[in-house]
Amino acid sequence: MPNRGDKTLGRFALGRLVNSIPLVLGVIVVNFLLVSFAPGDPVTALIGDFPAPPEYVERVREQFGLDQPVHERLVRYVVNVARGDLGFSFANRLPVLDLVLERLGRTLVLMIVTVTFATTVGVALGVMAARKPHSAADAAATGIALAGYSIPVFWLGQILVIVFAVWLGLFPAGGMRSVRVTYTGLAALLDRARHMVLPMFALSFRYIAITTRLTRSSLLEVMNSDYILAARARGISERRVLWEHGLRAAALPIITVIGYSFAFIVAGSALVETVFGWPGVGRLMYDSIFTRDYPVMLGILLVVSLSVIVVNLLTDIAYALFDPRVRY
Amino acid sequence: MNGPVRDFWLQFRRNRLGMVGLALVLLLAAVALLAPVLAPVDPFRTSRQALLPPMSPGFLLGSDHLGRDVLSGVIWGSRVSLLVGLAAAATATFIGIVVGAVSGFFGGWVDELVMRVSELFQIIPRFVLALIVVSFFGSGLSNLILVIGILSWPQTARIVRSQFLRHRALPYVDSARVLGMKPLRIMFAEILPNVLAPVIVVASLDIAQAILMEASLGFFGLGDPNLRSWGGMLNTAQGFVQRAWWMSVFPGIGISLAVLGFNLLGDGINEATDPRLREG
Amino acid sequence: MSPAELQSKTAHPVLAIENLVTEIRSVRGLIRPVDGVSMSFPAGKIVGVVGESGSGKSMTAFSIMQLFPTSAARVAGGRVLLGETDLIGRSPEQMRAIRGSRIGMIFQDPTSFLNPVLTIGRQIEQQLEAHRWTGGPPAGDRGQSYANRVSELLTSVGLPRDVSTRYPHQLSGGQCQRVGIASALACDPDLIIADEPTTALDVTIQAQILRLMMRLQRERAVALMLITHDLGVVAEVCDYVYVMYAGRIVEEGDVRSLFAAPQHPYTRALMSGVLSLTGTGNIGFAVPGSVPDLAAPPSGCRFHPRCPHAMPRCSQEAPPLFDRPSGRSACWLHDEATP
Repeated sequence: MPNRGDKTLGRFALGRLVNSIPLVLGVIVVNFLLVSFAPGDPVTALIGDFPAPPEYVERVREQFGLDQPVHERLVRYVVNVARGDLGFSFANRLPVLDLVLERLGRTLVLMIVTVTFATTVGVALGVMAARKPHSAADAAATGIALAGYSIPVFWLGQILVIVFAVWLGLFPAGGMRSVRVTYTGLAALLDRARHMVLPMFALSFRYIAITTRLTRSSLLEVMNSDYILAARARGISERRVLWEHGLRAAALPIITVIGYSFAFIVAGSALVETVFGWPGVGRLMYDSIFTRDYPVMLGILLVVSLSVIVVNLLTDIAYALFDPRVRY
Repeated sequence: MNGPVRDFWLQFRRNRLGMVGLALVLLLAAVALLAPVLAPVDPFRTSRQALLPPMSPGFLLGSDHLGRDVLSGVIWGSRVSLLVGLAAAATATFIGIVVGAVSGFFGGWVDELVMRVSELFQIIPRFVLALIVVSFFGSGLSNLILVIGILSWPQTARIVRSQFLRHRALPYVDSARVLGMKPLRIMFAEILPNVLAPVIVVASLDIAQAILMEASLGFFGLGDPNLRSWGGMLNTAQGFVQRAWWMSVFPGIGISLAVLGFNLLGDGINEATDPRLREG
Repeated sequence: MSPAELQSKTAHPVLAIENLVTEIRSVRGLIRPVDGVSMSFPAGKIVGVVGESGSGKSMTAFSIMQLFPTSAARVAGGRVLLGETDLIGRSPEQMRAIRGSRIGMIFQDPTSFLNPVLTIGRQIEQQLEAHRWTGGPPAGDRGQSYANRVSELLTSVGLPRDVSTRYPHQLSGGQCQRVGIASALACDPDLIIADEPTTALDVTIQAQILRLMMRLQRERAVALMLITHDLGVVAEVCDYVYVMYAGRIVEEGDVRSLFAAPQHPYTRALMSGVLSLTGTGNIGFAVPGSVPDLAAPPSGCRFHPRCPHAMPRCSQEAPPLFDRPSGRSACWLHDEATP
């Protein structure tokens, strides 16, 4: 990129990283508050309802200084979290951090595919709508956006299962891969893709609604700007005005919203994973509620909140790369 | 009807989608109020006629695995959705107005703190936080309302704050100050009425969000166990998607229409009150 | 230059508009910001178009390009002759091929008319690509790469070559306007339309930009339509001037004679404003009121509600352009039949 070295971008990223430290601490404090204010013995929140050996209970009590004053407990909590110690899940017989990270990977796969698909579809619909405001295409895009904002993802998931898995038998109703047959190579990949279609669709819908609406409004605004008029006055073709001038400028708010809706899509994926039995972080959350595995629930909250901070950071960097006006 | 309300109504009436929203909301309210009259049977009454498809005698929308009437469940479920939606949004709006007004009017470190906290709320996934809090404290109706309400205030607060920041520099606030009005009086008697329109819009959208959130919690098995709710019905339905589609379809339509209604209503109010949109 | 001499030069203008009418659909009904305007732009000449804001001078320019800031506007009548061909009724693609190649346009606010997320070089290159620029006639320069052409253009407007790799926000307003001029010149146009090109700039920069435009215009013998509300600029640089009021031309003429003896009461009012501004005398004449509402324009002569010489006839009948020694003027005062 002209006139902009990696050094300055690096400095910008570092600056944003430093800015997010208070947020990281804030997230940890929220977690601590949840532990402290949980009803009953706070040790329950750290261990869960699953029967744990009394030695372990004692060790946790000691480690988190549960008989110490509040500020001492907070310091110990932060130290433990910083060391990566989020407790042990007796229901899963794994350290919480390992468990959550393993599941997070599977959730991320689903999310990345979803975001890619939804962004493509949403931008395309938004462009169609913005090109001819008040046309049939615009009305359709508005309709999709309204439905996306109103239909609950888990219900959409159930309907997709009923129609496409139960009635039509086109796609599997759940899981991440076939369990009865073992595929290898390309076949295995296809098998996984087939399992991903329905959850991806369910999860995409709201995201498509967001991007469609945003692309439409952002593009309409950009296309009314002076520099679009000037580009036309230079004889640039309509197609190029739209794709190179219009969409490039309209892309900025779209990038921001895609990045910043990450927290949103996490909630959606928790619900969708439950409907489709996708073994990700969301499904883990659902299971933990039933086993009252509190350390896992708190661990998920912490890890997911921290990933939101990371994604927001990446979003800001992407924005800076796209918009030359951002000063580092 | 007096001046501004009448003006608003004349503007709003011209918005077709807004009117559809209003109709859906009124329908929801009517069903919720008249549930005891409308529902054919007690929604909890079990029978031996389990998993009957729709149009079966006595079970217009079918029955679930315990032989409970789906139609009665859907009708009674509207009460939970509407109640949680309204009460949670009211809680959120109240907190949002107070926090936003204080933050925008006084500025300084109070404002700084409020902004940081609301930033934190944007980062922590609300649904996951709600799941944890509800499973800690129990999923009774009042808990659901409080949790959803407390987690939903930041948007209202941000809007009220920015409006207060703008208004506190305007001449009429200065003259109120010169006249010796107390800050509280200026905030709530002088400024607040001027910023009410966007707050109402956000409140309407908050109701929609609260209904979705309650349904999502219910789907995760964290609804009020003593009430028949749409989310709870879908939780049960999850085990029967392969066999009883009607258990999923009807409660979901209820949620979608209720949420759509409040979304459209909010958009309609927005368009009727935002002078920028009205011109174009 | 006498009007007769100029008349002979304008016999074959590079671009002429005849009876142009432009309409905008608005919530308050159909309005005509340009209502029966005729102008001509001879090669190598600078033609000024002056008037208050809202007089239709910018809309005239947009009508020539058939490109409007709002989709509610359209040319409703008249002709735009580029050489021998009428541009009205041409297909969108034919018009696109003409914009930016045969007719270049320079805008008022140079910073907002450049795309903030594309480099300067990219924006001009796009234009060259759009018109498959080949070096223009003569064929000698053919094959010159777009990048070379961009540096050549930037150099010619007094900018360093490396500006092509920069973004608009990295340039000053004056530099952006130089880019605007470079882009207007990119494909060797026959006519350049400059819509208040210096209004948004610092006073010190204004003169520089104006001098640059004049130099380039003279070197290339291109016709220049200079839209401005600054009579001083007109007096300084223009050869010929049109004075517009409420969508119509009220007076036109060779600059020197028109400034020596303005004919129309409106022009005279404007001139007196200039005089009072410079402090060399105020003849006690102002233009009270403001440009009329185009949705309900005054009857007859549109200036009559503000005119100190208004007669009963002025509100009944719109005056035609009468020939005057300095050019033409649309005022009933010039009519011999007027008592």
